[in-house]
Amino acid sequence: MTSFVRILAFAVCLLAPLSAAAQDADPLEQAVADFHGGSYSDTEAFLQALAATGDERALPIIDALENDQLYVRETDGVAFVAVEGEEDDTLVLSDPVTGEEIGTVPDDDFDDVRVNNRIRRAIAAARGALTLLSDDAGVRARAADSVFTSRDAAALDTVREAIAQEENDRVLKKLREAEAAILLDQGADEADTLAAIETVRGRGNRDALSMLTRVTANSDGAVLEAAQAAVEDIEERLALLGIVQNIWYGVSLGSVLLLAATGLAITFGVMGVINMAHGELVMLGAYTTFLVQQFFAATMPGAMDYALIVAAPAAFLVSGGMGVALERGIIRHLYGRPLETLLATWGVSLILQQLVRSIFGPSNVQVSTPTWMTGTWEVVPGLALTLGRISIVLFTIVVFIGLMAVIQRTSFGLRMRAVTQNRRMAGSVGIRSGWIDALTFGLGAGVAGLAGVAISQIDNVSPNLGQTYIIDSFLVVVFGGVGNLWGTLVGALSLGVANKFLEPFAGAVLAKILILIAVILFIQRRPRGLFALRGRAVEA
Amino acid sequence: MAQYRTSRILSDRASLIFVAIVAAMAVIVPILNLAIPQGSPGHVPTYIVTLMGKYLCYAMLAIAVDLIWGFCGILSLGHGAFFALGGYAMGMYLMRQIGTRGVYGNPVLPDFMVFLNYDHLPWYWLGSDSFLFTVFLIMAVPGLLAFVFGWLAFRSRVSGVYFSIITQALTYALLLAFFRNDMGFGGNNGLTDFKDILGFSVQAQGTRATLFFLSAAGVVGAFLLCRWLVGSKFGRVLVGIRDAESRTRFLGYRVEHYKLAVFTLSAVIAGIAGALYVPQVGIINPGEFSPANSIEIVIWVALGGRGTLWGAALGAVLVNFTKTYFTGAAPEYWTYILGAMFVLVTLFLPAGVAGALTGGGHPLRRGLGLFTSMGRRKQPEGGAVDPAEPEAAR
Amino acid sequence: MSAHHPPQGARPNPPALYLNDVHVAFDGFKAINGLNLIVEKGELRAIIGPNGAGKTTMMDIITGKTRPDKGEVFLRHDIDLTKKDEAEIANLGIGRKFQKPSVFESHTVYHNLELAQKAPRGPLAAIFARVSPEMEARIEEVLGIIGLSDDRDRMAGNLSHGQKQWLEIGMLLMQEPDLLLVDEPVAGMTDAETEQTAELLKEIAKTRSVVVVEHDMTFVEQLGSKVTVLHEGTVIAEGPLSVVREDPHVIEVYLGR
Repeated sequence: MTSFVRILAFAVCLLAPLSAAAQDADPLEQAVADFHGGSYSDTEAFLQALAATGDERALPIIDALENDQLYVRETDGVAFVAVEGEEDDTLVLSDPVTGEEIGTVPDDDFDDVRVNNRIRRAIAAARGALTLLSDDAGVRARAADSVFTSRDAAALDTVREAIAQEENDRVLKKLREAEAAILLDQGADEADTLAAIETVRGRGNRDALSMLTRVTANSDGAVLEAAQAAVEDIEERLALLGIVQNIWYGVSLGSVLLLAATGLAITFGVMGVINMAHGELVMLGAYTTFLVQQFFAATMPGAMDYALIVAAPAAFLVSGGMGVALERGIIRHLYGRPLETLLATWGVSLILQQLVRSIFGPSNVQVSTPTWMTGTWEVVPGLALTLGRISIVLFTIVVFIGLMAVIQRTSFGLRMRAVTQNRRMAGSVGIRSGWIDALTFGLGAGVAGLAGVAISQIDNVSPNLGQTYIIDSFLVVVFGGVGNLWGTLVGALSLGVANKFLEPFAGAVLAKILILIAVILFIQRRPRGLFALRGRAVEA
Repeated sequence: MAQYRTSRILSDRASLIFVAIVAAMAVIVPILNLAIPQGSPGHVPTYIVTLMGKYLCYAMLAIAVDLIWGFCGILSLGHGAFFALGGYAMGMYLMRQIGTRGVYGNPVLPDFMVFLNYDHLPWYWLGSDSFLFTVFLIMAVPGLLAFVFGWLAFRSRVSGVYFSIITQALTYALLLAFFRNDMGFGGNNGLTDFKDILGFSVQAQGTRATLFFLSAAGVVGAFLLCRWLVGSKFGRVLVGIRDAESRTRFLGYRVEHYKLAVFTLSAVIAGIAGALYVPQVGIINPGEFSPANSIEIVIWVALGGRGTLWGAALGAVLVNFTKTYFTGAAPEYWTYILGAMFVLVTLFLPAGVAGALTGGGHPLRRGLGLFTSMGRRKQPEGGAVDPAEPEAAR
Repeated sequence: MSAHHPPQGARPNPPALYLNDVHVAFDGFKAINGLNLIVEKGELRAIIGPNGAGKTTMMDIITGKTRPDKGEVFLRHDIDLTKKDEAEIANLGIGRKFQKPSVFESHTVYHNLELAQKAPRGPLAAIFARVSPEMEARIEEVLGIIGLSDDRDRMAGNLSHGQKQWLEIGMLLMQEPDLLLVDEPVAGMTDAETEQTAELLKEIAKTRSVVVVEHDMTFVEQLGSKVTVLHEGTVIAEGPLSVVREDPHVIEVYLGR
């Protein structure tokens, strides 16, 4: 019976374009008209019929079924999509095919088409079949994945059909895997099973692992051996990927730390200024991002995706400007008194926090993520990196290289280095050290603002944002060694990676405590950090 | 750092006045509270007594910070941790005194432990029902932590802002640790709902007055001890370390031993202050470990005037009085005021209120310009991060 | 100038200070490169050399501030200074005066000397320290030697530059060291003060060994002592100033400039 229906459905499916051209009965309407509720098997058959239409208009019907919104009228067995009305015991009916609303009726005469696990599987398969033949390669790939998960035998023919016409290698691979999954599930001869195991093994992710593990439980002989080998293979691979994933998380955390700490390394390391308000400069960068997005939303919502591109320079200017003001207004009066500088800038940080709290309120503001930063990139099967993290790592690299270039290659950088090395000498060759100080500080502060832009994409933007990062940033600078941006780079990445490796077995809080203790102990051994400078100049 | 110097005679007279005032308060305030009936003029309400007792605990803490910062140049941004540890030691004792009066009525386990399904006391709670042992813990725990931490730090010559930053990391680590429920200290909520101390109700008027008296006595005791120390050759070595660390070293003094001694003593004083604080405010929670708290202590000392001890105590009372007033009257402005305090005191009042009162340093008369030129010329030894590192930009 | 005798008691009169083939480098820069130096007991020695010759680094090595990468540094004949830190070395009897006057500016002149005075250095000892009449007398004596008797209760921070230099020398005397290392003692002094300082150092050298690092040639001449010339971290000449002055190598690297 099932196979008959399937063949029929298949035939209908093939004929569909023809019949449409001939202005004949719409196969979708036909399939709906043929459904009158009944047993789970009838529902399953209905789903297969829907799948066979290859008509995307069937998708809302399947959704409705899944959400318990498909009803059958008791009197004549006609199916409707319906939602509960505002008044009790009423339903708002609509046409399943066109979606047009029909009216509100008492629910007495209607039976909900019930769904069980078998039907849910059929739903997934039908959806897979409907989309397996879509024109959009992305849709086909997702559909293949969905079949792989559901393993519905009913989809096998459609999958095979799709394989026959597929031209995209990536989708083709997924389709083959889906086919293999079905074969493994329903059983096939040994050769086919072995081939299927091989295919699924190639997928190499957690789904493949659980599927093959199931195979090892119900097989023997060569199949068992092959499945076991494949399971081991995948487990090994997953362990390796786990490490790679951890390193990646660590690197992405590290790059955020690096962004936050680089500005600090400039002000603390290069200038010897302890800026406790550094975290608040980061926060200002995040709020600038928020404001720029608000502006875009209000004036050109279509260009929202590009708001970040405007926000980055804006944040640099806002935080940098604040930094220059801070240096000119307060810090320059305190050079050579690092402890006082620390206290004064802490005061500034309190004021900035409260200012932002007064203006924007104490709770988080909503910063949106541009569409080009959403989604993932599957590097190899089983290792998917989110585009958001990738963007932040890339952004960090760009900022870091840019900063290095400014310091090493520009005349401002040259002056800056001259002033930090020998203030009096620099002054006597005509460098206005006061303004170089201000601009250097502004540069550090501006980088803090850029850090704020990046952090706004991954963390809550609230007035307390700066406080979350300030201690970590200090640790990075102290750990890496003061006065050395490469040290900051290594410091940030090692702290980030160490954090992510400790987290799985120590928990996030304990990991943080362990890192703090480790850095405290490390400083005992290397009081001036990993990349400390030696010699007289250091203590002059 | 000549601007922090105060004339010896004046500051000694100031010390005398300070001790006299606090000692007088220690006697008079409890009398005005207990002997004069409520409603009569002159009566000091119990809540005021407790509030003043709280200020005195802060004053004691400020003295502890001034001892190391004002005299030895060690800026600890984690002294709140020692205060909190002393407070937790006291809190443990107070928790155990609740006994069966807790919500769950468990005679041994505090409520939060019953709630978290502990079946026995963690080992570090053993002995916490003994007051004598608690007194020992109040001093030993902060003292030991300071000793170990200080030994590691000073031996490696971690000083100046580096030291400040790792003390901040220390208190931050403790903050995170005490927030964890499985630390066994009540997690987020901390220790609270105290009933008795040595059999007296912590709510009772008499207990409150006694705690106030003890806090005042603590301030006087800490002040006199510190005054005696800094007046000795020991104190002169500390000041020597503050002003010219390597000179002191080349004279043959083991700078790390001196720093360790004074840092540990300071932590013990902070711990005692914390222990006196907890029964008066009725709660101790991890918030006391927050780095912001510790840095706020420093501004009390800076505002009051460091290197005078009494100035620090005065600063603690002034700042906290202002805080109480504003958090009641206009809470949103308090942060602005506190922030402005940090900025203005460091810029215009480096010798603090004490400096202004005794005329030492004349910071206001000297004006801003001189500070700028002084700062340019002078690098304090040891602690300073040198802005002139030759390979800095590499 | 090579190590022709080991430090251990080969001679009846062991030297006060013995440096043999000392090397130290900072990030590849060889600050001290095979330095050999012997200072006899009771000797006054002047060390000269252009900037960057390694004079201050040499002092840092002797006083334990910098550890040499290689080489021997012995006090008298038996004390290995490379194994000790600043405080230990100071207590062994080496006093050091810095290039920039380094005194305790917020202490009085009297207290500066009191802190420097030879006495137990531990914290506990310091808490209960009392100045005995003999110690008091010694402080007065040194105040006289450095000419600061009238300024005993002044804050050291308020002294003139020259007075600070003397106070620091006075502090060295209070330490009662066997060996004094003095780094540019007359920088910023008037001619009269320079002359007085030379006399003071010569007086001190009667009972102790003194090593003076100096730029000022007039002053070195006034000292009238043996001179060691350093260049690029190594000794290039040694002897009376008149002889050293004629040394072609010295003329080339230093005097000739």
